[in-house]
Amino acid sequence: MGRYLSIIDSAGRATIEEQDDTALWFTHAMKNGGAEVAVLLRADAVNYAVLNQDARGLRFGARAVKGPDMVRDVKAVLAKGIPLYAVVEDLAERGIASSQLIPGIEQIPRSGIARLVEGHDRILTW
Amino acid sequence: MATITIGIMDPPYESANTPTAFRMVDAALRKGHAVNVFCYEGATALGFAGQKQHPNAVHGASIEEEDHPNPKEWIKALLAFAAQRQVKLVWCNCGMCVDERGVEDQVPGVCRGSPVDAWKYCEGSDGVLLIGTE
Repeated sequence: MGRYLSIIDSAGRATIEEQDDTALWFTHAMKNGGAEVAVLLRADAVNYAVLNQDARGLRFGARAVKGPDMVRDVKAVLAKGIPLYAVVEDLAERGIASSQLIPGIEQIPRSGIARLVEGHDRILTW
Repeated sequence: MATITIGIMDPPYESANTPTAFRMVDAALRKGHAVNVFCYEGATALGFAGQKQHPNAVHGASIEEEDHPNPKEWIKALLAFAAQRQVKLVWCNCGMCVDERGVEDQVPGVCRGSPVDAWKYCEGSDGVLLIGTE
């Protein structure tokens, strides 16, 4: 069985309508089906690693929109045993300190991405 | 009060542009401004009546718990909100774009037009914003 790495670049692409990130959701669903998967957050997607996200409060007319709970989803990924990495430089460029991260996320340097890719058989870039 | 025309091009469930556009329509209506929305290409599926909610196995949520927010419901909510406030809201689809996608069955209140209608909306507006897809 191959080892899969999902590399997620973009954040918030359709999270309001989907109530989650579709790439993270897909990877989690693969794991539920028995696949061996890992996730790398890079570029804007490192924002998913932040602990105190809150997308509540959206309303169109009289209709409230529940919105995504990315902290719940990232924690669920980690609880499922899916390794989750975030690029240190991308966090720093966005002013995200280590203390703001959801516990359990492993930070790797940009120079370590190639080695991480080499350690997997299939790369899914989102 | 002003009249604003907003063009939307992204399909549903694909882009943050969609909720951004809806938020601007909502904000304009709350301030009493008339709004024309022209949906072009994939955005014509926003009002497709066949959109369905679903449970979410990854979230461990039933249909009711997930309460998946289909954009057709957002359009209905904005049209109802505008009517309640007695503010004009036109929600118009590019007719050929609708036909291409087979999404003729739209929620009530959505009309069908052409780029000429979009141009007329623009001519009658104080401000125009086109949110193109990438």
